[in-house]
Amino acid sequence: MSEPVDIEARGYANSSVLVSTEWVSQHLEDPSLRIVESNEDPLVYPSGHIPGAVEIDWARDLNDPLLRDYIEARTFAGLLGRMGITPETTVIFYGDKNNWWAAYAYWVFQLFCHSNAKLMDGGRLKWELEGRAMTRDVPDVVAVAYPVVPRDDAAIRAFREQVLQHVRGGRPLVDVRSPEEYSGERLHMPDYPNEGALRGGHIPGARNVPWARAVNKDGTFKTAADLRAIYQEHQGLSPDDEVVAYCRIGERSSHTWFVLTHLLGFRNVRNYDGSWTEWGNLVGVPVER
Amino acid sequence: MAKTPRKLQEFLELLIGIADRFREVPAEIARRPFPTENLVPHCESQAYFWPEDRSDGTLGLHFAVENPQGVSARAMAVILDESLSGELLEEVVGVEDDLPYEIFGRAPGLRPLILEKIESLIYPWTAA
Repeated sequence: MSEPVDIEARGYANSSVLVSTEWVSQHLEDPSLRIVESNEDPLVYPSGHIPGAVEIDWARDLNDPLLRDYIEARTFAGLLGRMGITPETTVIFYGDKNNWWAAYAYWVFQLFCHSNAKLMDGGRLKWELEGRAMTRDVPDVVAVAYPVVPRDDAAIRAFREQVLQHVRGGRPLVDVRSPEEYSGERLHMPDYPNEGALRGGHIPGARNVPWARAVNKDGTFKTAADLRAIYQEHQGLSPDDEVVAYCRIGERSSHTWFVLTHLLGFRNVRNYDGSWTEWGNLVGVPVER
Repeated sequence: MAKTPRKLQEFLELLIGIADRFREVPAEIARRPFPTENLVPHCESQAYFWPEDRSDGTLGLHFAVENPQGVSARAMAVILDESLSGELLEEVVGVEDDLPYEIFGRAPGLRPLILEKIESLIYPWTAA
């Protein structure tokens, strides 16, 4: 396993998308930043969070309440305005589960072109284990106006018809779910409700690289050399490949999208957020076990 | 950042308040590193459980939760401890497996995986 090293020394294609817990602790009062926590467990933020941090709930805030889709542009603008975020604000995401949900929120922000965003390396667990300041005070945020920016799905989001074409074209896919889900033995991760799809297995041709292989035990990202060994040397992917990543609903694969795009410099990675809960229920699409 | 529904908010605050009463297993029962035989299977909060067989025939329940994010696990441990410590063995083993659903199941907006996590915490001794 990699020894933790400074972010800048890890050899990433774009290290500016990561900040350390130490850096965040030194910028808690920085008015040009907004720290945003996003978790799987709804108990975590109200039980204590980084001072000044606001919360984004992945389901309630980022997903349309009726359609299976993300919020539309006006809703996104309203959300960011309520959080006091302008296009110039640097948004620092962090959360539980090794930043899995934080990476998901980060990815959704990119659909709306809010590129001024970063992940806190190591996420919430590292912050807590380092004994850094926590509070239960929810910050008073002065709402601002955020412009309505049309959502642009084309560059980083894949839809089922595109994935079908991708499969037929023999182009690479990364299934970031657990080996049990990939093999079809389970329809969800071990220890989670076994639900969500009528068929188990994976999209034909997909390589299985569970998302968490990209992080160290302390939740920090592995070095670029270690990541290259996983994705390029062992799986044969190339930064020039057109890659589609998927999981169950697109959250774990957001994490892998972040790794491939920013840390390894892949130029064309899309997240298929329909993922297995769509593919495993579609009539007539090819499935492999 | 959307407003949390009031009932869910109240429920989350209640659980957090309960979790705040959590007291880790006393040193006379167990010290770190905790033995893996006391680790609760499938609990991602890294919860440990120790039953204490007291001389009066009652049980004491002790827990540790190693993951600082294990708020729901700490809350469940407090509920179990406060409800069952001091009860006779036959009372304790008579607790139904679906206790977490009895307690938490009607909370609007609480995701099923949280319930699974809580359920995994009590399974070892309800199955014993």
